[in-house]
This record gives sequence, C-alpha cells and structure tokens, in this order.
Amino acid sequence: MAGIKVFGHPASTATRRVLIALHEKNLDFEFVHIELKDGEHKKEPFIFRNPFGKVPAFEDGDFKLFESRAITQYIAHFYSDKGNQLVSLGSKDIAGIAMGIEIESHEFDPVGSKLVWEQVLKPLYGMTTDKTVVEEEEAKLAKVLDVYEHRLGESKYLASDKFTLVDLHTIPVIQYLLGTPTKKLFDERPHVSAWVADITSRPSAQKVL
Amino acid sequence: MDCLQMVFKLFPNWKREAEVKKLGYKVHGDPFSTNTRRVLAVLHEKRLSYEPITVKLQTGEHKTEPFLSLNPFGQVPVFEDGSVKLYESRAITQYIAYVHSSRGTQLLNLRSHETMATLTMWMEIEAHQFDPPASKLTWEQVIKPIYGLETDQTIVKENEAILEKVLNIYEKRLEESRFLACNSFTLVDLHHLPNIQYLLGTPTKKLFEKRSKVRKWVDEITSREAWKMACDQEKSWFNKPRN
Repeated sequence: MAGIKVFGHPASTATRRVLIALHEKNLDFEFVHIELKDGEHKKEPFIFRNPFGKVPAFEDGDFKLFESRAITQYIAHFYSDKGNQLVSLGSKDIAGIAMGIEIESHEFDPVGSKLVWEQVLKPLYGMTTDKTVVEEEEAKLAKVLDVYEHRLGESKYLASDKFTLVDLHTIPVIQYLLGTPTKKLFDERPHVSAWVADITSRPSAQKVL
Repeated sequence: MDCLQMVFKLFPNWKREAEVKKLGYKVHGDPFSTNTRRVLAVLHEKRLSYEPITVKLQTGEHKTEPFLSLNPFGQVPVFEDGSVKLYESRAITQYIAYVHSSRGTQLLNLRSHETMATLTMWMEIEAHQFDPPASKLTWEQVIKPIYGLETDQTIVKENEAILEKVLNIYEKRLEESRFLACNSFTLVDLHHLPNIQYLLGTPTKKLFEKRSKVRKWVDEITSREAWKMACDQEKSWFNKPRN
C-alpha cells in the first residue's frame, strides 16, 4: 500500500482528476511538484515518466503510469475495496461507464479546457482572453450540457444512480468554470446545476482547491 | 449451379441471420467512416454477427431526428445490444471486448490490474495524442476531396509535424514491445487502424515508412483478416446500398 506517488501540478486539471480519485479512496500518497512554468514537464527526468511531456505521471510501488483517465481507472479497480466505489462492473454498467468516460473525454473536456485556458490561465500568464473563442466554445458547451441535462433528468449521476468516475472526471474543469461567466451555462439548467452542487461539494473535490 | 452449391453459398448468410436474430446486434453507421470501421473491426475479430444500418452522412441524416434520439451528439456509429444503445466507438469496442472476452481474438490484457491499466493508458494515448493529428490529416487529404473540397496544405504540414513526434515515441515503444500495450495485438492497436489505413493512401504514408519498427507494426496490424473484412464493404456491410 505504501509508495503511491503523483508527479504533477496542484492547479492542473488533469493532476486534480487523479488527486480527487485518491481522496475518494482515502489513500496516502506523496505529491511531487512539477514546475510547469519552468518547463520541467518537458525535460529530464520527468520526460522519462511521460514521453509526451504532460502532467500527471503516477507510480504505485514499481508500477508506472500516465494519462489521468488511465490512472483514475487503475485506482478505481485496484483499490476497489477501499473508500468510495468509483466504477461498477455489471456488463450494462460497463457500457454506461465506458460511454460516459468517452463523452467527457471527447465532447466535454476539449471545450471546457479551452474555456479554462482562455478565461483562467491566459490572464495568469499576462495574456488577453479572446472573447470570440469564448463565445464559440460556450455555444459548444451549451450543446453538451443540454445532453447532460437530459441524462440527469433520468439518472441522479451521469452513468448511474451512484457517483462514478464519469462524474469525477468533470470536476476539475467545472471547478474552474464556476469562477468565470461560463458559470451561467451550468446555473440555467436545473438538473445540471443540482448535480454540479452535489459533486463539487464532495470532500475529495474540496481538498484539491 | 446445383442445389448443393446453392446451399453452401447461402449457408453463411443463414448462419449469420440466425445469430443476428439471437444476439440482436445492430450497427448504425457508414462502412467508410473511420469510427464505424473501428467497431466493425472488433465485431470481426470476435466473429460476431450484426445488422448493419446505413446512416446517410452525405445528406446529414446523422444531424437530424430520428438519428439524434440514438446519439444526441449526431455522430456515427451507434451500437444496439437489445435495449442498450451505445455510442462513442471506443466505448463500443471496449464493451464488446469485455462482454465477449472469452471469444475470438483476445483484445484485452486482463492478467492483472497493472496490465489492464497499461492497456488503458495506451488507449488514452491513441485517443488524445495520435487521433487528433491523424484524423485531421485523414479529413484534409481523404474526406475533403470526396466532398469536392480543397486540401489545406498548411494544416497537413502542421499535423504531420505533430504526428511525427507521436510516432517517434511509438518507435521507441515498439523496440521494447511487439505491439503497443504488450506483446500481443489488443484494442490499442485496433483503435489506430481506421486512420492508419486511410493515411497509407496519402503522402503521410512516409511518416510510417521511415520508422522501421512502426512500419513493421503497421504492416502487421493492417494485414489482419478481421481488419481486411471490416474494410470490405461486401463482407462488412452485406452489400447494403449506401444511398
């Protein structure tokens, strides 16, 4: 059980995805800070952990992994007897969870991350938010949230009536967007709004802020 | 043709129709779509029968009802397993690979949590690092010309540069491992096939050919029987008309 390490940055959405999963499971781990603004993620020794030069990277004893959604799934399965259940294994549930993970990964995250970049990160780096991009991406996000709104009208959480990785994966991007004008897109959809309030108030989500 | 010959010719169809009825699998898509082919590849690796249902992409059928009730994101393919309707090709392939894990080609690496996590990691790499430049290159060089649109060579150049970096990492990986996730063919390699197949018919082909391990891997995965069947419209889409 000893020897879990996360190499990342505390503000990175992908790093937070992994940290939230570890907190859900009440697991101890060591956090190794990778200084992104110094390009540490693009140089040795980090580049040996992830040749694609992105945070986070992960270690559990001798076992090494990268890609946040692969890490969260490993944590969910390997530590399935610890803390909160994050996946369920009936074949219909596998279908719903696999599809939910893909939807977050291909439809929600690309758009959400662009909005975080424009409105939260660019200002931090002294760059100007491009309002045209924000408008375009908000239009796309609205369509995704309409699908989520419909789904959450039928089900308490995205994949089932229980909180799973599908919901967890959205938390870091949502947390940032709630501090921007984009928040209105979540507020104006009642089921999405209730779900956002629920998942962001989980202790694991609070711990990464 | 005598009676016996006729029966032997019809038998595979009857057998298939019986299985289709029993399993009730349906694939809504287009036999030339990369995402649809990803799913067909798995069905053929598992020797599973299914009913193909054409969605007319050229007339925008996927962006209107009733298709939107199947996939509100308006994309093919959609897979039906009885009452379960699934979309996102990589969710469909994983579902089929799990449910039928004891049948046909083994496409997962279920030996341990670590081997499965490594496989999941490489599936993420294909989806987040390989697919973005590869699918843009397929779009520009293969699909746009079909619709009478002009290839944007700047976009091609930019994305080839990105793809080169990814393939350098693949080249290193394939020095240590026969396939990407482990020493046997898995979903990870399969997920790459649709874009690779199209790109082999474009100048981007050279990026795969100039890296010896990548070239060998590409040769091996594209020559699989199941993949060839997935690309053969007669065998995979049962000669149902596209329009």
